[in-house]
Amino acid sequence: MTSSRRDFLKIAGASALTLVTPTIFLPAWAKDVIVIPPGQSLAPVKSPAARRWAMAVDLTKCAADCNDCIAACHAIHNVPAFGNSKDEIKWIWKESFASVFPGETHAYSGEKLQKLRPPVFCNHCENPPCVRVCPTRATFRRSDGIVMMDYHRCIGCRLCMAACPYGARSMNYRDPRPFISNIHSDFPTRTKGVVEKCNFCEERLAKGMLPACVEACRQKALVFGDADDPRSEIRRLLKTRFSLQRRAHLGTGPQIYYWL
Amino acid sequence: MNKNKWGLILLGLAIFAVTVTFPFWYGKGKSTPPELSLETPEIAALDQKKCVEDKTFMRADHMKLLNVWRDEAVREGKRTYTAKDGRRFEKSLTGGCLRCHSNKDKFCDLCHTYAGAAPSCFDCHIVPGEVKK
Amino acid sequence: MLEKALHGSLRYWIWIAGLILVFCAGFFFYLRQLDYGLGITGMSRDVSWGLYIAQFTFLVGVAASAVMLVLPYYLHDYKAFGKITVLGEFLAVAAVAMCILFVFVDLGRPARVMNVLLHPQPASILFWDMVVLSGYLLINLLTGWVILSCTKKEIPPPSWIKPVIYLSIPWAISIHTVTAFIYAGLPGRSFWLTAILAPRFLASAFASGPALLILVCLILKRWGRFDAGEKAIQALAKIVAYALAVSLFFVGVELFTVFYSQIPEHMHHFQYLFAGLEGRHNLVAWMWTFAVLSIAAFVMLILPGVRRKAGWLALACAAVFVSLWIEKGLGLVITGFIPSPLGTITEYHPTGPEIMITLGVWAAGFLLLTVFYKIFVHVRGGREGSPCEPAVDETIH
Repeated sequence: MTSSRRDFLKIAGASALTLVTPTIFLPAWAKDVIVIPPGQSLAPVKSPAARRWAMAVDLTKCAADCNDCIAACHAIHNVPAFGNSKDEIKWIWKESFASVFPGETHAYSGEKLQKLRPPVFCNHCENPPCVRVCPTRATFRRSDGIVMMDYHRCIGCRLCMAACPYGARSMNYRDPRPFISNIHSDFPTRTKGVVEKCNFCEERLAKGMLPACVEACRQKALVFGDADDPRSEIRRLLKTRFSLQRRAHLGTGPQIYYWL
Repeated sequence: MNKNKWGLILLGLAIFAVTVTFPFWYGKGKSTPPELSLETPEIAALDQKKCVEDKTFMRADHMKLLNVWRDEAVREGKRTYTAKDGRRFEKSLTGGCLRCHSNKDKFCDLCHTYAGAAPSCFDCHIVPGEVKK
Repeated sequence: MLEKALHGSLRYWIWIAGLILVFCAGFFFYLRQLDYGLGITGMSRDVSWGLYIAQFTFLVGVAASAVMLVLPYYLHDYKAFGKITVLGEFLAVAAVAMCILFVFVDLGRPARVMNVLLHPQPASILFWDMVVLSGYLLINLLTGWVILSCTKKEIPPPSWIKPVIYLSIPWAISIHTVTAFIYAGLPGRSFWLTAILAPRFLASAFASGPALLILVCLILKRWGRFDAGEKAIQALAKIVAYALAVSLFFVGVELFTVFYSQIPEHMHHFQYLFAGLEGRHNLVAWMWTFAVLSIAAFVMLILPGVRRKAGWLALACAAVFVSLWIEKGLGLVITGFIPSPLGTITEYHPTGPEIMITLGVWAAGFLLLTVFYKIFVHVRGGREGSPCEPAVDETIH
């Protein structure tokens, strides 16, 4: 019996296909079945009433040389300190007013304005470009307005970092664990290869607590609340005071408001 | 085909069969599944020594349960798990499972090593004993 | 036909061995990158894409350029290209393979790459990029292989290959448009947020890809016993010239918009590129090299007297390839991040391991290319080493 190499390859290929076919046509065969205890379902339950978490920063109260918010956030979230700006990871930090609000200062802006150092962090936008570009939905917007990171799914492509108009995201270019001086076991660390950012302390919100930065601020310069609730303090203050958003003309709908 | 070729072919088939089934017959009877230790102070302090679900379920499906917890807690914000018998738990590896099973090296690691499983969960999720607060 | 790649001269085997060596070195450094993390490269919090994604962007263009051979031949019966469409298709395969490798080595968690298909996000352009690149790879592999094996057997190609070839034409345009859309849709990066980015990409693609093809044809003529035909090479050279002209025009148009409008946010990127910004001038020398090389190459290519001399043509094509590599490979991707959204300037310096990994991927691509072209030459270049006929093969229609 002689058959050509071509025929052999054809038969081998067809045989290999039979290994795959069952899983394509009858996925149930390929999946294990997990027995769900009665009363529990895997289907997503209706999410709680839609909210829009927002934060306001009162720059009249924020002290330029104070870093309490940064220290609190980075401590409880196990943010590593690599010691160099190349690998740096920061969820919240302070920049000059001119950097945070480009185009809002001019040559005659007073010294007071120039000395301000507003804290910056993820804006948890209403129309987030990072969520739009993520190829795996590892970053997604929750119904309560928080732009979340799923560190289990992130492939580390960093398109979200390119998309963010605020530079709010950091990549773990190295293993972070050795660089966390004091690991808090209430919150996981991350691994190398994923992108991370401020999460509005959603784990604290779930327990009815305020975000760590808000609590830590000595000057009470940070106001946090539900912007959708007309009776919330943040809504009241936003109505009465003029507030700035970062690069609002880009249409991202940032939920961080700054008062001067 | 002449007899020589058949002999070689059968020999080749035999070697193939032996090699391909190697994982199934090698070491049979040489090692036994490990005895997991439930001797932790936290478990000793419990009134009802019951896990989230029963042993059979957990043995077979704890990894799938954790995956479901992961997606529901992170992606949907639903952090409470209601067990078969109605008890409620927070969906958390560090703050739930490892709180009672605080002896990872005498519990989790034993089976994982035996089965050759290397879950990457602990790359991020903190093991309380290994990390000082 | 693969066995054809196993017969070659000493020079051929030295070339292969060299490529394998470079690939192994790159692989070794990739293992180190897997262990240490992407921090082993020069990428930073501000410049989060570097050499890898820059190479990917450039090579998608080279891959798309196969359409410059396929379109004239299959849609307009330009017979001179009949012999070399397969060369273009194989170049596309090697280029797309390199693109996929570059994206892979750039990932922070490469083991999770299938998440893009398991949890698809149709709104994400990167998802579509994966789809169109994989499709383009398959299309070109199929068409190149089928056409070449039909040539070998001296039979007409099967009728079902025609629709696939016709599909490859808009598909080629789409792969580079989709890649441009990755950049051009990001609201925060004013350097990339321009409608002309996709046309710019295509123009430089149609200059750099055929330039490489011309170089390959000249090499094959000199050492590979295959003559693509003077008409084909000259036609390709004219395509390169005009695509280069359009490409340079687009750069000029960008410069006008940016500097006439005097908007600081837009000007800063180009100032950084061509003059340096706040004392940081990493890319200035590169960009002026690009300018000089590309203009010189353009002049050489439009002067028939120069273009018809193989030596000058080779020089011009090399200049085109290198200058466009600088413009797209270095200038485009990195400058999008400089200045950062907060106005800081963080410069980017690729590290040794990063460069080695990059060279390793290029070596893998050239290895593929060499093997393909060896097979091609054996089939097309006449049997038993006899010189081939320069006339167009009438059976391939």
